[in-house]
Amino acid sequence: MEFDSLNKKLEEKGSNGKLALILGIIGLAASAFGYFQAEEQFYFSYLTAFFFWGSIALGSLFFTMVKHLTNATWSVVLRRISEAFMAFLPLMVIFFIPIIFGMKQLYHWTDVEAVKHDALLTKKAGYLNTTFFYIRSAVYLIVWTVLARVLYKASVRQDTEGHSEALDKKIKGTSAAGIILFALTLTYAAFDWLMSLDPHWFSTIYGVYIFGGAFLAAICSITLVALSLESKGILEGVITTEHHHDLGKMMFAFTVFWSYIAFSQFFLIWYANIPEETIWFLHRVEGSWKTVTLLLVYGHFLVPFLLLMPRFVKRRSTALKVMAIWILFMHWVDLYWNVLPNFSKHGMHFHWLDLSTMLGIGGIFVWHFWKTYRANSPVPVNDPKLSASIEFTNF
Amino acid sequence: MAKKENKVYGILAEFDNPAELLHAAEKVRDAGYKRFDCHSPFPIHGMDEAMGLKRSPLGWMVGFMGMTGAGLGTLMQWWMNAVDYKLVISGKPFFSYPAYVPVTFGVGVLFAALTAVFGMFHLNRLPMLHHPVYYSDNFGKVTDDGFMISVEATDPKFDAQATKSFFESIGAKSVELLQPE
Repeated sequence: MEFDSLNKKLEEKGSNGKLALILGIIGLAASAFGYFQAEEQFYFSYLTAFFFWGSIALGSLFFTMVKHLTNATWSVVLRRISEAFMAFLPLMVIFFIPIIFGMKQLYHWTDVEAVKHDALLTKKAGYLNTTFFYIRSAVYLIVWTVLARVLYKASVRQDTEGHSEALDKKIKGTSAAGIILFALTLTYAAFDWLMSLDPHWFSTIYGVYIFGGAFLAAICSITLVALSLESKGILEGVITTEHHHDLGKMMFAFTVFWSYIAFSQFFLIWYANIPEETIWFLHRVEGSWKTVTLLLVYGHFLVPFLLLMPRFVKRRSTALKVMAIWILFMHWVDLYWNVLPNFSKHGMHFHWLDLSTMLGIGGIFVWHFWKTYRANSPVPVNDPKLSASIEFTNF
Repeated sequence: MAKKENKVYGILAEFDNPAELLHAAEKVRDAGYKRFDCHSPFPIHGMDEAMGLKRSPLGWMVGFMGMTGAGLGTLMQWWMNAVDYKLVISGKPFFSYPAYVPVTFGVGVLFAALTAVFGMFHLNRLPMLHHPVYYSDNFGKVTDDGFMISVEATDPKFDAQATKSFFESIGAKSVELLQPE
């Protein structure tokens, strides 16, 4: 099989997997040290980093499922990349543990005494209580783990056993049920883990908002891997400019989608002007947070919107790489802007823990990605749509 | 009068199948013809390249007009709400730009969509009431199983006899001169 030699090439040319692991361990060790220095800061920084890397894995799970369901051809050569990203989901169970210990610092509603004297929180206590929170979180993590494992295993089985009706049915059936479960779990996870940081505030569109950012981040990550393979001369003529171009189109589309949802959330709250809703945005225009808010408007929407529009940007590797890195950075800013104002209320204060937690989980994330990606053929060799995917061209 | 009746407006050559049409198009392109067109019952992959067509400028036109529309949409609302007819709405400033976004977006899309439709008409030289290919009785086949190339007499390289023998040399099934009967 011709892809065996490619696999070997991938092994030889390296993928900085070991370096990532070392950086990850250093990052985690530094964060553990930081925990004793600034406990509360640690939990908020950790939650941001945890959700950032988790969102890439979640977006990739969605990417994999939606491509199975739509019987997409162009993306077949990219499937192993998105599968290797979603394989991180089982590890999220381990990375969730510190959040359990930080419940008291992160979530105000866990304070039973405070809830008693708070009419709104008393009414919400049926949903926002520690036991139910743990049960729900367990459900999300189990659903994601199962979906990622089942889809990944079935896909790898296709390599060894060859394509069959039964396998195809299993993959598509899992994706069909999975995409509904994904919508529900991601929405509620966004409500529980991020929105309930400010337990008085609520926004029904919040789950979609988090999904938009997560899927965008996943597309950028897949693009970066595809481009890094290209720069090493791996999979030449398999993942081509045509695939980069399509990824660029997806980046553009979901930049617009995220902006549309983010603005819709802001717009209705701004228009209605009801204090219990506007308070969330008020915290985010106070002091230096206003700069971050404006950075999101320009950096997460306007700049990528204008720059990703022309065709030549999407077809030029360097330009696309810069855009993917920029949008990933903006996705982190977005999550930071969602989480941290609950801790430093009157302005942004960057702490080195924000960086070390990102490095810690990120290192493990990248290392795990390359390990998984190298474990199998870099493209699904027995997929009947593979040759059509390789030959695919844009008009 | 009789002389005018015999004027040749172009040449129509028929080919056997899509693949031959594609290769013939490449040869016509390489021979240096500019005003020629390929006719087939369905789109053929790679035809744009085979014919040497440049990318359509329509995208840039739509992009430019879309932004112009968005700009004008903002300007219109600013003039209405902040200049010409000031109204205090739920205690917000006269120039409340977040409120303008839906209309700005809408006007932008309107300009872009109209540019896309009429720009396409213009670039395709539509409406075109007549074309030399209609002199051929055979031309109706392109909606069914005909694969044809037409060259217009306005092409600088066009010469009725030379072009006719050129098409015969590249394997056309039949070649006919386009002239009124």
